[in-house]
Amino acid sequence: MGNKFRSIETKHHEERDAFFEQLQRLDRRAFLRVAGISAGIAAGMGLRTPHGFQLVNVAEAQGTKPRFSFAYISDTHLYEQKLNDRFVRSILKAVDDVNGLDPQPDFVLFGGDLAQLGQAGELKLGAQILKSVKAPVRMMVGEHDWFLDMGELWRDLFGAPNYAFDHKGVHFVVLNSIHEKDFWTERKLSPMERMKIVAGLDNGIQSRFEVGNEQREWMRQDLAKVDKKTPIIVFSHSPLYKYYRPWNFWTDDADEVQALLRPFERVTVIHGHTHQMLSNQIGNISFHGMLSTAWPWPYAPEGLPKLTVQMNRPDPFSQFDGCGDGRMEVTEAGLVNKLYNLWERNPITVRASYLTSNGKQDAPPQTKLPSY
Amino acid sequence: MTFRMKLLAGMCALLSFVGGVALATSPAPTQATTELPRHQVPASKDGNLVVGMCDGETSLEVKGVKEGQKLTREQAMRVSGDLMDAWRKKNPDANWDPTPPPVLAQAPKQPTQGTPNPPAGVQKPAVGSSVREGGITADSGGKQVRKEAGVNIQDGQTYGAFTSRDEAIWAASTEQFVKEGHRVFHDAEALGGTVAISCDMCHPDAANTHPETYPKYQVQLGRVALLRDMINWCIENPVRGIPLADGDPRLRAMEAYIYAQRKGTKLDYGKK
Ligand code: HEC
Repeated sequence: MGNKFRSIETKHHEERDAFFEQLQRLDRRAFLRVAGISAGIAAGMGLRTPHGFQLVNVAEAQGTKPRFSFAYISDTHLYEQKLNDRFVRSILKAVDDVNGLDPQPDFVLFGGDLAQLGQAGELKLGAQILKSVKAPVRMMVGEHDWFLDMGELWRDLFGAPNYAFDHKGVHFVVLNSIHEKDFWTERKLSPMERMKIVAGLDNGIQSRFEVGNEQREWMRQDLAKVDKKTPIIVFSHSPLYKYYRPWNFWTDDADEVQALLRPFERVTVIHGHTHQMLSNQIGNISFHGMLSTAWPWPYAPEGLPKLTVQMNRPDPFSQFDGCGDGRMEVTEAGLVNKLYNLWERNPITVRASYLTSNGKQDAPPQTKLPSY
Repeated sequence: MTFRMKLLAGMCALLSFVGGVALATSPAPTQATTELPRHQVPASKDGNLVVGMCDGETSLEVKGVKEGQKLTREQAMRVSGDLMDAWRKKNPDANWDPTPPPVLAQAPKQPTQGTPNPPAGVQKPAVGSSVREGGITADSGGKQVRKEAGVNIQDGQTYGAFTSRDEAIWAASTEQFVKEGHRVFHDAEALGGTVAISCDMCHPDAANTHPETYPKYQVQLGRVALLRDMINWCIENPVRGIPLADGDPRLRAMEAYIYAQRKGTKLDYGKK
């Protein structure tokens, strides 16, 4: 490829950048010119808003002040930078986003899958980048971080993968939900072979995710100390319900974990792994999926929860479309309004009231291009 | 359409068929990379046109027509008839159905000319050994089918000459092609990627590749795209490789895999 070669993606971003730059110093004469370009961009690429406009505070607009908020960055899937700078660029964009939030979130949850193949260079790069997050970071582990050395380096860098803490009257539980039954010893797989199998979605070789007996017992004991009226928020990498088994959008002992949460009045589970807008309500438990910074995943061919409002299918010509980060507003009642900060799109909030009313109230905007 | 022209059409059907057999009988894993067999016709001393037949063996020099010149309709019909006669002599055992007259509202009278089909039941054994050199040909297998079947199925026709074993081989070859596509789709290096990204990372089970929607207008490319255009776009972009040439075996194999994953989905070209 010669020097003159510029991909459509690159050209588009240059055009876009120029457009927004001009937008900032707009005078009457510039207006016509910009309007012309913007019409072209809008026609060709669909309407997009500059990133600075996106973090609209929906809750404040509606006059309900949250108790507090926290942000998240999730599923960054880093390779070492010299191999792949695309995913590095994405996590940096997310760090900029959360650092730019005003007011600042009380903390930033990292939702797991910091690395792509659990390698030291990847995990350390991620740890380094996350140091530039201004707010305190709460770490969660994903399968891509774990299955090369079974979590050894991750624990060195970030501590225990499961823990609990209290914050402003809410009890938080962080799980390591990506345990898998041993499928590697019998097959005599090397650590990297094991890692690569777990890293793929569409192979039937690996086991399904589980929280496991031991951790469930730890959770039971932890929750025994908590008043049933205290709001609970659980962080887990895999969805704590059964969505689509062939892709491991799944937790095998989800029913047992849900049973531990059943006695509480208000429970929210925030999970990563699925790289899409995903919402569910099972009894007293509301579930919110997180976006990935690296790539969006298709909706599975079956098992999609009824309450999920899909995000529009992503544009393959844009590195960032369908990806993003987000923020949770914890209401006075201890429930969660989840804001999906979809890059290059308008943000979408899935409100607690939408889920707890079983879809009757506050429905998020419908998708125009659903998956099929 | 005359009978001879029909024969010509029939022979071409046969060529693709024989080609299929040649591939099917040696389902090498390199199917995608090996060249298709070619019919090399002998050159004419006088620079005359030499026409090859679909069996890959028979050829005919056309006197009075130079290489590069066009045949008239009459000449073409004569050539095809002569070729067909030659083929008949070589394959006395082959079954060849008489071409039925076209079904037209007012069917014109069909002149019966050209080679008559050998009457049914006058099947002479092939000369020499029953195992022919050069593997399967158009006339092998015909009798097995009848023996194997011993059942009431239609035979005496080209497709009737293949056994279920042949069909199993074709199916296995197809599966192998699809499997090769699966491999490439899941392998960043095979794709020529430079950033360790493979298709399955974003398209598990080839989900969201929607082959059934092509051709369609791809607004970002500013033109109507085929499936391979989008495959190549994704190779260029997330995968950061070099777009594959149209005939590239990896591209062909990936198309095979992507289509195979959507088996049963209704074709719906143009769908967004
Ligand atoms: C980084 C993620 C990513 C990777 C890697 C990727 N794609 Fe895509 N691709 C997408 C997204 C996102 C779309 C848009 C999906 C949609 O329309 O829902 C897409 C769309 C497509 C489409 C068009 C789908 C349609 O609806 O018309 C095809 C075909 C395709 N990809 C093939 C491939 C192939 C082949 C590879 C490997 C060479 C590949 N992709 C790698 C993200 C990716």
